Amino acid sequence: MSALLLAQQAATHVTTGEAIAFWVLGPLALAGGLGMIFARNAVHSALFLVLTMLSLGVIYMVQQGPFLGFVQIIVYTGAIMMLFLFVLMLVGRDSSDSVVEVLRGQRLWATVFGVGLAVLIVAAVARALTDVRPVGLAGETANGGQGNVFNIGKALFTDYVFPFELTSALLITAAVGAMVLGYVDRHVRGRKTQKELVEARFRGEHDRPSPLPGPGVFATSNSVATPALLPDGSVAEESLSRLIDATASAKLDEERKAVAGTLPGPDARALAPGKEES
Amino acid sequence: MTRAQLLADDPIWLILIKAVALLLLGAVATMAMIILERKIVARMQHRPGPNRVGPNGWFQSIADAIKLPFKEQIIPDTADRKVYFLAPIMSTIPAFLALSVIPFGPEVSIFGERTVLQLVDLPVGVLVVLACSSMGVYGIVLAGWASGSPYPLLGGLRSAAQVISYEIAMGLSIVAVILYSGSLSTGDIVDRQASGWYFYLLIPSFLIYFISMIGETNRAPFDLPEAESELVGGFHTEYSSMKFALFFLAEYVNMVIVSAFCTTLFFGGYMAPWPISLIDDNYFNTGWWPLLWFFGKTWIFLFVFIWLRGTLPRMRYDQFMRLGWKVLVPANLVWIVLVVGMRALRNENDISSSTVLITIGIVLAVLVGVVFLLPERAPKQDGPIVPVTGGGYPVPPLDLKVPDKADLKPRVRRRREKAAVGAAAGAQKETEQ
Repeated sequence: MSALLLAQQAATHVTTGEAIAFWVLGPLALAGGLGMIFARNAVHSALFLVLTMLSLGVIYMVQQGPFLGFVQIIVYTGAIMMLFLFVLMLVGRDSSDSVVEVLRGQRLWATVFGVGLAVLIVAAVARALTDVRPVGLAGETANGGQGNVFNIGKALFTDYVFPFELTSALLITAAVGAMVLGYVDRHVRGRKTQKELVEARFRGEHDRPSPLPGPGVFATSNSVATPALLPDGSVAEESLSRLIDATASAKLDEERKAVAGTLPGPDARALAPGKEES
Repeated sequence: MTRAQLLADDPIWLILIKAVALLLLGAVATMAMIILERKIVARMQHRPGPNRVGPNGWFQSIADAIKLPFKEQIIPDTADRKVYFLAPIMSTIPAFLALSVIPFGPEVSIFGERTVLQLVDLPVGVLVVLACSSMGVYGIVLAGWASGSPYPLLGGLRSAAQVISYEIAMGLSIVAVILYSGSLSTGDIVDRQASGWYFYLLIPSFLIYFISMIGETNRAPFDLPEAESELVGGFHTEYSSMKFALFFLAEYVNMVIVSAFCTTLFFGGYMAPWPISLIDDNYFNTGWWPLLWFFGKTWIFLFVFIWLRGTLPRMRYDQFMRLGWKVLVPANLVWIVLVVGMRALRNENDISSSTVLITIGIVLAVLVGVVFLLPERAPKQDGPIVPVTGGGYPVPPLDLKVPDKADLKPRVRRRREKAAVGAAAGAQKETEQ
C-alpha cells in the first residue's frame, strides 16, 4: 500500500534530491557535449563525451533505473569509449585531418539525416511529455512486483527476445565483417615452427646455421663499434652491424643534434612519430 | 526487514560512519598489503626484506606513506597537464566506490541502531563493481597517454586492451552466479549461498573469475602494463609524489575489492566456514563475528596474489591475450549454456538431483568408453633429413665450407693476422708466467 502511494507521489512530484541531481547533472552533460564538439584535441573530445555519458548514467540511476544506468557506464563509458580512446592514442595527437572529402554528397546526406534525427527526437520527447503516463519505479514492489531488474530481464527474454537476438546477430556480423575486411594474414602458408626453422638453417636455406655473433660491447670498450673476437683471437667481422661501416658520418648529424638536444623532438604521444617538416 | 529496508532506514550519521570506515579500510589495507607483500616475497626469496623501521621493519609502510606525498613532483615537459592531473584521480575514486556495495556482515547494532554492515544494497550491486573497474581503467590509459613519452603510452595501450578483454571473461563468469542465485544484489547472493558456497557448485566460473581478477588488477603474472623489464614502469613511469601514491593506492584497493568480491560471489561472503558453522546452531554467523570470516577469506585471496607474484614469471603479451579470448571466454560460454540447460531441465520437469547425477555419470562413462575405443595416433616420425648425433642435437652439415683466408677482404685479413699475433704473444706470456 505504501509502495503504491510512493509510486503515485513519484509520478506527480519531483523530490528535492532529484531536482538537485538534475540541475547538477544536466548542465554537466550539456557542457560535456559542447566540449566534445569544440575541443581541439581529439582525446579531450573523447573525455568530454565520457563526462556526458557518465552524467546520463547517473541521471538514469536517479530516475530509478539503476540497471540502465550501470549498463550505460559499463558498456558505453567503459568499453566503447575506451576503444575510441585506444584508436585516438594510436593515431597520435597531432595527426591532421584530411580536408579532402572522400564521400560524395556527404554534406547533403548529413544534413538530411541530422534533420531527420532531430525530428524523431523531438517527436519522442513530445510524446513522452504528453501521452505517456508516468509509473513509479521505486522499491521492490514497483512495476507489478519483483522490482525493475527482474522485469527488464523478463521482458528481454520473453516479449523482446527476437529483436534482442536480431540486434546481437547484427552486431556480431558487423564485428566479424570488420575483422575480415581489416585483417591481413602475413603468414599465408602457415607459420614455421621453431623446429622447422632450425632444420632449414642446417639444410643451408639460410645464410648461416647460427645467429650472428653479438658485438664486443663491454668486453674491451662500451662502443657498439667494437667487434667480437672469435675463440682463436681473430676478429669476427660479422659481429658488427653493417650500418656502422655503411653509414657516412654526415648521416649521423641528426643523431648528434638529437643527443645535444638541439633537434625539434617528435610527437611524444604518437607510436610512429612522423618527421617534422623543417 | 530485508537488507535494503534496513539500509534505507540508516540515519545520516551512520552512513557517514560507514563511508569513513570504508575509506579508512582502503587506505589501511593498502599499507598493510604493501608491507606484507614485501615481507612475504622476501621470505619466499630467502632474504630478510624490510627490517629497519619499527620492530622487524613492520612500520616501513607507514614511513613510506608519510614520505611519498612530500617528495618532489616532476611533471614532464611533454605532458598534457590537465589530463595528467586527472588520471590518478580517475583511477582512485572508482576503486573506493566499489567498496560500498560489498556486504561485510549481517544485521548488527551500531549505537543502538539496527543496520547491516554494508553501505548500500542496490538491486544491481554486482554491476557496480564491474562499472567501477571499467572506469578505473581510464586512469591508467589517460596516465599513459598524458605522460607524453612512449613507454607509458605502450603501458596504457596494453592496459586498455587487457582490462577490456578480461572484463568480458569476468562478467561472463559472474553470469553463472547470477543464474544460480537469481539476483544481481550482492547481499542476496551471499544469502543464497547458505545451502552451499558457489566455488564448488560452479567450479569453472570460480576458476575463470580467479584468473580474470588477476588480469583485471594488472598483477603478476599478468602485470604487462607496468612490466619493469619491458616498459620501465609502464603507465606510471612519469609520475611521482602524491600522484604516484594515488596509483599505488588504486592498485591495492582494487586488489582488495576483487578479493572481497570473489569472497562474496563464491565463498559465501561473511558466512562462517563449514566446521565452525556447526557450532551452537551457527552462533558464529551472527553479530560481529562474520566480519572476521569475511576478512579472513579476503586476506587468503590477497595472500594468493602475493604468492603468485613470488612464484610465476610474467606472461608474454600475445599469449596472455590468447588465453583470455580463446580459452577463458569460449569455455565460459559453454559453461553458461550447461548451467542454463541444467536449470531449465530442473525447472521444467521434476527431475531429482540423483537422476541428473546418474545421467551425467552415464554420459561420462560413454565418453570415456569412446575415448578408449579410438585408435591411438602414432607418433609422427621425422624424416632423416638432419644428421643427428647421439645426444639428439642437430650438428652442422658435413660439407660445411670454412671460408678461405684468401677470399677475405684485405682489411679483414690484416686485422685477423694482427689479432692472431697478439693472441700468440698473449699465450706465450701466459706460458712464461
